Amino acid sequence: MRVYHFSEQPYHGAWEADAPSLRVTLPNKHCDPKVAADLINWRLDEWQLCDELGLNIACNEHHSSATCLSASVNMPIAMMAGRTQRARIMASGYAIAQRPDPIRLAEEIAYIDVATRGRLDVGFVKGAPYEISPTNANPVKITERFWDANDLILKALTHQDGPFSWESEWYHFRQVNIWPRPYQQPRPSVFVTGGSPGTAKSSGANGHGFINILSGWNARTLFDMHRLASLEAGHGVTPWSKFVYTALMGVGETREEGHRRLMDIAGYFRTTSKVGEAFMNPPGYMDVAGNVRWLKANQTRGRAGNHFQAAKRDGEKLAIGSGVGTGLGVSAQDMADAAIAFCGTPDDVYEQMTEFISHAGGVGNFVIMAQGGEMPHHEACANLELFSKEVLPRLEEFDQSQIHADTEERVLSQRDEG
Amino acid sequence: MQTATMTVDHVGIDVVRAGSGRPLVFLHSVGGVDRDGAFLQGLADRGSLTAPWHPGFGHSELPGEYRSVGDLALFYLDFLEQEGFEEVVLVGVSFGAWLAAEIAVRDAHRLAKLVMISPVGIKVGDRETRDIEDVFAMSQDELTEAAYAEPERRKRDYSTMSDEDLTALARSRESYAFFGWQPYMHNPTLRRWLHRIKQPVLVIGGTDDGLLRSGYLEGFVESLPNARLSRIANAGHYPEVEQPQAVLDLIDSFLEEE
Repeated sequence: MRVYHFSEQPYHGAWEADAPSLRVTLPNKHCDPKVAADLINWRLDEWQLCDELGLNIACNEHHSSATCLSASVNMPIAMMAGRTQRARIMASGYAIAQRPDPIRLAEEIAYIDVATRGRLDVGFVKGAPYEISPTNANPVKITERFWDANDLILKALTHQDGPFSWESEWYHFRQVNIWPRPYQQPRPSVFVTGGSPGTAKSSGANGHGFINILSGWNARTLFDMHRLASLEAGHGVTPWSKFVYTALMGVGETREEGHRRLMDIAGYFRTTSKVGEAFMNPPGYMDVAGNVRWLKANQTRGRAGNHFQAAKRDGEKLAIGSGVGTGLGVSAQDMADAAIAFCGTPDDVYEQMTEFISHAGGVGNFVIMAQGGEMPHHEACANLELFSKEVLPRLEEFDQSQIHADTEERVLSQRDEG
Repeated sequence: MQTATMTVDHVGIDVVRAGSGRPLVFLHSVGGVDRDGAFLQGLADRGSLTAPWHPGFGHSELPGEYRSVGDLALFYLDFLEQEGFEEVVLVGVSFGAWLAAEIAVRDAHRLAKLVMISPVGIKVGDRETRDIEDVFAMSQDELTEAAYAEPERRKRDYSTMSDEDLTALARSRESYAFFGWQPYMHNPTLRRWLHRIKQPVLVIGGTDDGLLRSGYLEGFVESLPNARLSRIANAGHYPEVEQPQAVLDLIDSFLEEE
C-alpha cells in the first residue's frame, strides 16, 4: 500500500474576485506574488514533511488558474526530488496530448528518475477541456494524439541502441536518443489519470495503471472495465498495485476536528468547476454523440461545471462541483458517504478507506488531498502527521490478497459471459 | 432542393443541387448548407447551383489523412474536374470563402468569378492584433451577439432539432475547429499568393460584423488584383442570412459586368 499526499496548491485569495471563471481568463493581477511565494513554499514544505512521515508525493498541473499554482508538474517534482530521500514522487498528470514536445518530456522524466534513484511514478493525462488554451493544442483528435505521444515517450524511455526516427501524423523527430535513460528499468511505471469509461478501458488495454479521481463508488465499475480490458489485451486481470484512487482526506483527534479539516479542503469542490462556458467543451473534445446529447439540452458550449457525479450509497446525488458556491450545503459526512472524501477520527478514516478497497475490488495506492481549499500550513501538517501515525501503519498491514482473488474470479467470469 | 450523395476521390459527401444554367458552386461555412434559406433559393434561380457539404462537415466523410484547408482545396479541384465544370461562379461564406481562395490560388482555370462573403483565411493585422474574434472563447450568446446584426432573431432551439441534424451540426463544428484551430482561422502564407487569382472577385461584408476586425476585408481587396468590396447594411458576419436579397442584388450586378 502506498499513500501519496496531493495538493493542487490553490491560490484561494482570488476565489472571491468578481470573475466569471477562475480558469483561463482570470487576470493575474489578482495574484500577489508575495502571497503566492508563501503558498508555494508551504505546500513544498508539506511534501517534504511527507518524506519524514513515510508518505509519498503526488503533483499535478493546471494553467491560468487560481485553483492551482503549479503550471508545470515537473517544477514541484524537480524541487521535491532534491528535498526528499525516500518518498516516491508521482506525476498525476503529464498532459501529453497538449504538450508539443514529447521528447523533451521523456528527457525530463529520465532525469528526475535518475536523480531520485528511481522514485518517479509517471502519470499521463488527457487533461480537462479548459487545459487546451495554454498550448493552443487542437482539441480535435486529442485522443489519437495522446496515444501517439504515449508510444513515442515509451519508446524514447526504453530504446537503448542509438537514435531512432518517428514520423507519425502528430510528431516528427529524426534522432531520438535520450540521455540519461531512466533509473527504473526498463522504465518507470505508467498510469493514466481519468474518470471516463474510455480512459479506464484504453489504459487497461495498454497495460498501464489507472489513476481515478473522485469517482466515488463508481470507481468499482471503472476499475472492472480496466481489469477486463487488461485481461483481454493479454496483460491479465489488473493487480491492485496498478490502481490509484484520489479523494480528499481530513483526520482529527476527534470526529469534529477531522470533519472541520475536511471542510477546509473541500473549498476545492466549491471552486474547481468555476469555468467560463466557452472553455467547458471545445469542439472535438467530446465525441459527436455526446455533443448531440448536450445540444438536445441546448447546452451548445457545455454547462458551467459538471465535474463530479458523486452519489451516496443510497444513490442520492451530491450537489457538488457544478459551479462556485455549490457544495456549501454538503457536509463532511455526505462526502464520506459518497466516497469522495475520507474523514473523521483515525478509526473512521481507516474504516472508510478499507471499505472502499473492498468495494472497488482492490486498490494498491491512494492519493489523498490532505491540503486544499483554504487549509493553512499548520493544519495541513497536523492532518498529515496524524494520518501517518494512526492510519497509515494499519493500512499497510491490510491484506488485499483475498479481495484480489475474489475480484479476479469475478472478472474472469465476466469475460466468459462475454 | 434535394440532398444527394456523391463520391470524389473515394470520399463520400452530401451535395445539394438545384436550378439550371451557368454553374454556380456554393461553399458553406460552419453552419453548413441551408437548403431552405432564401439565399440558396436565390442562387438556384440564377443558374445551376451545386452546394457540396465539405469533407468532415454535416454527414460528409473526413479522410484520416486530411489536415489542412489546403487538402480541402485539392479535394474541390478534383470535384470541379469530376463535374466537368467550366466558367464556374464560386460563392463562399466565411470559412467557405477562405476555401474558395485556397482553391483559386492553386488552379483557377475552371473559375469565371468569385464571390467572397465575410471571408477569413488571411493575416492582416500585426502579431498582437486579432483579425478574427476567437469564437472558441465565446459563450453561445456572445457568439450570436457578435455574428448577427439582429441576434435576437438568430437564437436557435436545438432541442427541437432531429438527431440527424444535430449530428451534422456537431460534426461541422468539430471539423471547423480541426481546420481552423491553429493558426487561428487563417493560412499565414495565403495572402502572399492571392495575386494568382486574376478573376474578378466581389468581397461582401456586413456593416455590423462583430467577428471581423475593421479593415480586415480591405486586406483581401488590396491583395487581390481584380477585386472590390461592398458592404451590406443591417447585416453581421452572415449577410446572406440576414439580408439575402441585398446580397443577391450585388451578385446580379457583379455577374452582369464584363
